[in-house]
Amino acid sequence: MITFTIEDRDGTRQALEIPEGINLSLMEVLKASDYNILATCGGMALCATCHVQVLEGLDALAPAQDAELDMLDTLPNAESDSRLACQIRVNETLEGALFAIRGEDH
Amino acid sequence: MITTDICIIGAGPVGLFAVFEAGLLKMRCHLIDALPQVGGQLSEIYPQKPIYDIPGYPEVKAQTLVDNLMDQIAPFKPGFTLGERVESLEKQDDGSYVITTNEGTAVHCQVVVIAGGLGCFEPRKPEITNLEQFEGKGVAYMVKNPELFRDRRVVLAGGGDSALDWTVFLADIAQEVTLIHRSDSFRGAPDSAEKVVELARQGRIKLLLQSNITSIQGNGHLKEVSVTAKDKSVQILAADHLIPLFGLTPKLGPIADWGLQIDKSAISVNTVDYSTNVERIYAIGDINTYPGKLKLILCGFHEAALMCQSAFQYVYPNQKLSFKYTTVNGVPTF
Repeated sequence: MITFTIEDRDGTRQALEIPEGINLSLMEVLKASDYNILATCGGMALCATCHVQVLEGLDALAPAQDAELDMLDTLPNAESDSRLACQIRVNETLEGALFAIRGEDH
Repeated sequence: MITTDICIIGAGPVGLFAVFEAGLLKMRCHLIDALPQVGGQLSEIYPQKPIYDIPGYPEVKAQTLVDNLMDQIAPFKPGFTLGERVESLEKQDDGSYVITTNEGTAVHCQVVVIAGGLGCFEPRKPEITNLEQFEGKGVAYMVKNPELFRDRRVVLAGGGDSALDWTVFLADIAQEVTLIHRSDSFRGAPDSAEKVVELARQGRIKLLLQSNITSIQGNGHLKEVSVTAKDKSVQILAADHLIPLFGLTPKLGPIADWGLQIDKSAISVNTVDYSTNVERIYAIGDINTYPGKLKLILCGFHEAALMCQSAFQYVYPNQKLSFKYTTVNGVPTF
């Protein structure tokens, strides 16, 4: 199992346990776990509604590619630890990480 | 006024295939799309990317699929209004609708089909509480006429290409230009970024890095912009205009105000026929939602077929629908 923590917009934290080898993005896992993520573009790094801040464990993640960096760059509220959940594959690199949901919810 | 049976909003793959399914039932279609070409995301965003889950095509390039769909629907002579955004919907006494675009094009139809995909791409707005209060009163999200800013005090926000380019351009026109960027570096084109830094060094513009706009003030018209830096220091800039340039984000646009049931930026539909809560309005493809929804082109094709079976009752109220296979009947033409 891979265990990481999600902080919702209201600050509540919850640990998620995800089986290894699951071929999903963090955005898909968040949606499947009933978090309010619009994911309008369906995972193509086009809408940034799955914006998260990686409060812990940022360095262990695979680095962002150009499409993601370009999109993050346009966000008024992006920080140096911002990522798009749709571009993060859920695997062992997420162990112990803490993600805070930041994308717009309407 | 354009007159048709079905007005399809969105000329992506699903909207295009709906023309085919409608044509088999002798219903004519007119498509409207905000983009200047057909194909939606496929043509605009990833024309050269292969798609692997179209039945019968082990692999097909996005643009090829669009071209093939255009060939497939050609016999049904659909009408197109491209590069215009749908603005309003007006119900007529007989139940039919008139749709009007931002350019004033009007389409009279019996049935409206929303196949809008992601929606329209609109400027992304920063979170400033009273921002919308000053829209058109000093706040604008794009530069339509640069002359408007001549000899005025202009604040721009953002770090992408358009923020950099407009900063350079307006430096020659405006009385005072300030660019505010939340980061200390620019990802936009390096030569534009260099120009901006050079203009700041010469004192021709003001460049505030690692800073965010936290509030705006005015009295009927914008007067001041408050900027907070990373070190929490606040400065207040006198400004006539604020231009936030934070890229585009997909939104439903005016469709959101048509009384349709919306769930997380998607239109709720009945899976029997992909009808919305408003009679004669259907939603198919990525823009709709229902339990188990998958945003796949092939699902949109299926939705288009079922939608047409239902829409038939409004186009031909006195006729009985009989289902026919294309292998038996071929493809009728208009």
